[in-house]
Amino acid sequence: MMSATNKVSKNSSSTTASLTTVSPRLAKNVQRHFKERVIEFILMLAALSAVFTTFAIVAILLYESLGFFKTVSIVEFFTSKEWTPLFEDAHYGIMPLVAGTLTTSAVALAVAIPVGTIAAIYLSEFASHRAREIVKPILELLVGVPTIVFGYFALLFVTPILQKIYPELPGFNMLSAGIVMGIMIIPYIASIAEDAMRAVPMSMREGSYAMGATRFQTAIRVVTPAAVSGIVAAYILGISRAVGETMVVAVAAGQQPTFTFDPTEGAATITAYIVQVAMGDLPHASIGYQSIFAAGLVLFAMTLCFNILGHIVRKKYREQY
Amino acid sequence: MINATTPIKAESKDLNFFYSNGTQALKGINMPLYENKITALIGPSGCGKSTFLRCFNRMHDLYPGNRYEGQIIMHPDNTNILEKGVDPIEVRMRISMVFQKPNPFPKSIYENVAYGLRVRGESNKRLLDDKVEEALKGAALWNEVKDRLQDLAFNLSGGQQQRLCIARALATDPEIMLFDEPTSALDPIATANIEELMSELRNKLTILVVTHNMQQAARISDYTAYMYLGDLIEYGDTDMIFTRPTRKETEDYITGKFG
Repeated sequence: MMSATNKVSKNSSSTTASLTTVSPRLAKNVQRHFKERVIEFILMLAALSAVFTTFAIVAILLYESLGFFKTVSIVEFFTSKEWTPLFEDAHYGIMPLVAGTLTTSAVALAVAIPVGTIAAIYLSEFASHRAREIVKPILELLVGVPTIVFGYFALLFVTPILQKIYPELPGFNMLSAGIVMGIMIIPYIASIAEDAMRAVPMSMREGSYAMGATRFQTAIRVVTPAAVSGIVAAYILGISRAVGETMVVAVAAGQQPTFTFDPTEGAATITAYIVQVAMGDLPHASIGYQSIFAAGLVLFAMTLCFNILGHIVRKKYREQY
Repeated sequence: MINATTPIKAESKDLNFFYSNGTQALKGINMPLYENKITALIGPSGCGKSTFLRCFNRMHDLYPGNRYEGQIIMHPDNTNILEKGVDPIEVRMRISMVFQKPNPFPKSIYENVAYGLRVRGESNKRLLDDKVEEALKGAALWNEVKDRLQDLAFNLSGGQQQRLCIARALATDPEIMLFDEPTSALDPIATANIEELMSELRNKLTILVVTHNMQQAARISDYTAYMYLGDLIEYGDTDMIFTRPTRKETEDYITGKFG
């Protein structure tokens, strides 16, 4: 080994460094090493902050709800059909709020899923490059509109139109709120579903066209099933948005907790209740104050369920191409 | 040099092709495809052989700005399939294609093979069953998949997927089948299977195949065309092209001096 080294040194006459000690040029750079560790730590801190926040929220929700459930039995909470925690004759049944949330969300999704999916198919498979360049940014602009604007759009524009068709419709109703919420969600669904469809490789489309398929057949029979996992992800995000949406329903759906699944009636959702109570000045640790957290916990559980469901569906149909 | 009694299935006449960026990828190609024969296209990368192949099923129409000049006449109807009034979908129904990389659809084995018939509006279950079985047998895949026709096509091996794509292309009874380097993504055993299959398919239809592999062209084809930079340099009997080519360029490419 030594002889080989000697040979090398001889050949490259300028270098004579011995191999027995670490050359200073290759020695561990302590300063650089330290810097790397510091950067790593800062990056980790940023990532952990999100995790910590989530855990903190869950902890507070659980803690305050615990106080709530000391006064109110869980059975009443889930079975009573009245939610009147601030009344003299207080009832603590969460179901009217859950019903309101599910009804407005269902109306929103009935609007957003078909329109969003069709928009995604159009943008990904039919629109020319120029049309896509124009339409997509406009669609995404909708995301930037504050939700309170959508709320008053529902109350002052959509509701009067609906009342012309259906005169018995009350001023506050879940139909109008749901429809506008659906419009609000369309860009989310369209944009994410379109990304998923565009990610389907061209070779798969070519395979379909080569079989004599039309553009529509290719879009519906090949591209959509190939992108189904991304499309489902878009729907799940849409559902979570609808369930958690606050301002539109608080403004346009009314704030009266009513146990009904009829969208032509007004009703409060979980979020509408929370915002309504949180704006008043309730004493800390009162039952009314604690009821916010119990409602929040239910909302959190609902979104979690949808997210888990979405995760399962996505895993089952993950892209394979 | 070419057997004059064999009927011509299709022929390109003074075919020029321009991509949307203006590059001319094919320069005045004149070449016949003989019925029930295998014609191989060979040449270095970028010589235009795939571009030429994809003219036959109007694949270039999928991308805006591409332009054909000249004719591809299909027999027996004697129609120029590049004509403006010709519907590319009708062309593709008679000329099917197998791609370089197996590209099954995200569907079951059965639905992959039935796809071509379904897009034609066929929904008769018994007819579909028969056609699927026939096509899978024709692609030498039936015995391997007959018990799991409802399985997702992605669960098959690469070689099986490529045979599935052949079955898919066969199910609609095409007159011409285009193969764009069908074995370049496959191992030697799967390649041998596909080559054997192509030799058998010759009895039913006319084949045009692009290949990078000269041995493959020599093994399976009846006629060979050597292309270079968008020109058809030489066309002839495969035996003749590989043993005594008339053009120096062809000889250089075949003997490995170039390419």
